[in-house]
Amino acid sequence: MEKMLLKVTENVKIAKNIYRMRLAGEGKAKPGQFVNIMLGGLFLRRPISVCDAAEGEFTIIYKVVGRGTELLATYPTGKVLDVLTGLGNGYDINLDIMRPLLVGGGVGSPPLYLLAKRLFELGKTPRVVLGFNTASEIILENEFRDLGLEVNITTIDGSRGTRGFVTDAIGCLSGVEGAKEGFAGAVEGAEGTGDFDYVFACGPEAMLRAVYDATQVDGQFSFEERMGCGFGACMGCSCKTRYGYKRICTEGPVLKRGEIIW
Amino acid sequence: MVDTSVTLSGLRLDNPVIPASGAFGFGAEFAKLYDLNILGALAFKGTTVEPRFGNPTPRIAEAPMGMINSVGLQNPGLEAVINEELPKLSEVFHKPLVANISGFSAEEYAACAKALGKLPQVGIIEVNISCPNVHGGGMSFGVDSKLAATVTREVKAVTTKPVYIKLSPNVTDITEIATACEEAGADGLSLINTLSAMRIDLKTRKPVLANTFGGLSGPAIFPVALRMVYQVYEAVSIPIIGMGGVSSAEDVIEMMLAGASAVQIGAANLRNPFACADIIRELPRAMEKYGINRLEDIIGGAHR
Repeated sequence: MEKMLLKVTENVKIAKNIYRMRLAGEGKAKPGQFVNIMLGGLFLRRPISVCDAAEGEFTIIYKVVGRGTELLATYPTGKVLDVLTGLGNGYDINLDIMRPLLVGGGVGSPPLYLLAKRLFELGKTPRVVLGFNTASEIILENEFRDLGLEVNITTIDGSRGTRGFVTDAIGCLSGVEGAKEGFAGAVEGAEGTGDFDYVFACGPEAMLRAVYDATQVDGQFSFEERMGCGFGACMGCSCKTRYGYKRICTEGPVLKRGEIIW
Repeated sequence: MVDTSVTLSGLRLDNPVIPASGAFGFGAEFAKLYDLNILGALAFKGTTVEPRFGNPTPRIAEAPMGMINSVGLQNPGLEAVINEELPKLSEVFHKPLVANISGFSAEEYAACAKALGKLPQVGIIEVNISCPNVHGGGMSFGVDSKLAATVTREVKAVTTKPVYIKLSPNVTDITEIATACEEAGADGLSLINTLSAMRIDLKTRKPVLANTFGGLSGPAIFPVALRMVYQVYEAVSIPIIGMGGVSSAEDVIEMMLAGASAVQIGAANLRNPFACADIIRELPRAMEKYGINRLEDIIGGAHR
C-alpha cells in the first residue's frame, strides 16, 4: 500500500451513471487490485477497482450508486485526491493455463481489462464475456476488442448481444437450456469444461455464484464488501473461506474457486 | 524542547498517543508504513478466550464525521494471540502493550487477563466491558455498576498488571460506573467506547448494518467523549485514557485538559493510516503554540 496524492486528468461519463476517471501518478497496480479514495466531507474512503495502470497513470471506472460516487463524479480535472493505492491481493496470473475466460458483470468489468492486458503479455489470449442490464450501461466493449480479443456481450433486457445473463453466453451449462450463444464446442465433447480452461470473474455476488456453478474449471472470483479502512486493520470486510477467515480488502478481493464458501 | 512524556500507573510513555483497540489490529498493517516505536504504547485487537468470526457483513456504515461498525470482536482467540500475533508484533514493536480483553462471563475476562498479564510486553490490561456490538456480551457488564465492579474484582485478582476498565458511553450516568470500578480496585479507566448507532439504506429501506446496530466513532463523537472524560475526571482519582474521535494533536491536548493522562486514536487510523504518526509529529508544535512545556502539567487543566 502507498498513500499518494493523485491529480484528476479526466473524469467523463462513458455510459448511464458510469464514469471513467484518469489519475496522474505512478501507475503501480496488479490486475484485480483497488484504490481507496478520500472524499471531501465524507469520513470513509471509497474503494474502486483499477481498470488500467500504465506509466504515470491510473484509470478507474465507477458507477454512481451513492453519496460517495455522486461526489466523485463532480470532481473536475486538476483536482488532487488523497488515494491509497496497491490494495488487495489481485488476480494470480502465474498459472499453467492456456485459454482463460474473463467474465465481468456491469462495473465488475473494469479490473478484467488490466487483467486481459497482462494475460496477453504472457502470451495467453483470453475470451471475454461481459454482462449488463441494458445497452446503455455497456462499458469497455471496444477497449477489449482493441486488444484483439473476442468479446461476447449479454444484456438482461436483450437490447444488445445475447439476451440474458453471462452464463447464457458462457454456454457451458451442460444440459441446461438457454446456452444461446455459447462458444464453439462449449457444451459437447469437453466434459463440461467448455472452450476455456480457467475462469476469472468480477461482478455482483449473484453473478459470481452463477459463474461458479456453471463452470467446472478452476478460477478466481473477485468479491465486493463494504470496507472501513481497505488495508486490513478494521476487520470490517471479513468473510469465511474454506481456509479460515479472510479480509476481502487484504487476502481478497480475489478468492480462488477452492476457498470460496457461498 | 517540549516534554511529551506521560505516566500511566507507573508506566512511563514517551508520548500519550496510543492506537485504540480494534482500529490497529496487531500492528502488522501499520508496521509496513512507519516505525511503530514512535508510539507511546499500542492497544491491540480485543481478545476473547475463543476465536470469534464476529458479526455478519455489512459491518461498516458511513456517518456524518464518523463511521459505524459492528465487527463483533472478530479475533483469533487467546491462544493464537499469545502464540502467533504477539510474537510477530514483538519483532517490530518494543514499547508497552495495552492488552484489550473481552468476555462473556467474569471467568472469561479473568482467563484472558491471567494469560496476557504474564507477558512481559503487556503494560496494561484494558477490560472492554462496554462493546455494544456483541449480543448478550459487553452491554450487560458495562451498563450495570455491580456487574462492572464484579468484572473489575475478578480481573484484579488474577494479575499484578495495572487494570484499566474501558467504559461504555451508552449509560445514563457514566460517573456511577466509573466510581464503582474505582471502588472495586481498578487502576485506571479508558473512555469512551463507541456510541450505539445505526443507518438505514433509503433504496432498500433496511438497516445498512447486518447487525442493525453498531458503534459510532470518529470526530462526530469527540465532544461527547470530551464531556464524559471531564465528568469522570471529577468523579474519580485514578488515571483516565481518553478516546473518542481524537484526530489531531490539538484534540490530544483538549482531551488531556479535560482530564486524560493519555489518549487513544481509533477511527482516524482507518481514514488516514498515518494518523498516529502525524499526530505524534505535530504534537510538539501544537504544545509550543499553546505554551505547554510539559504535557503532563496540563492533565485536567480545564478543571482548575
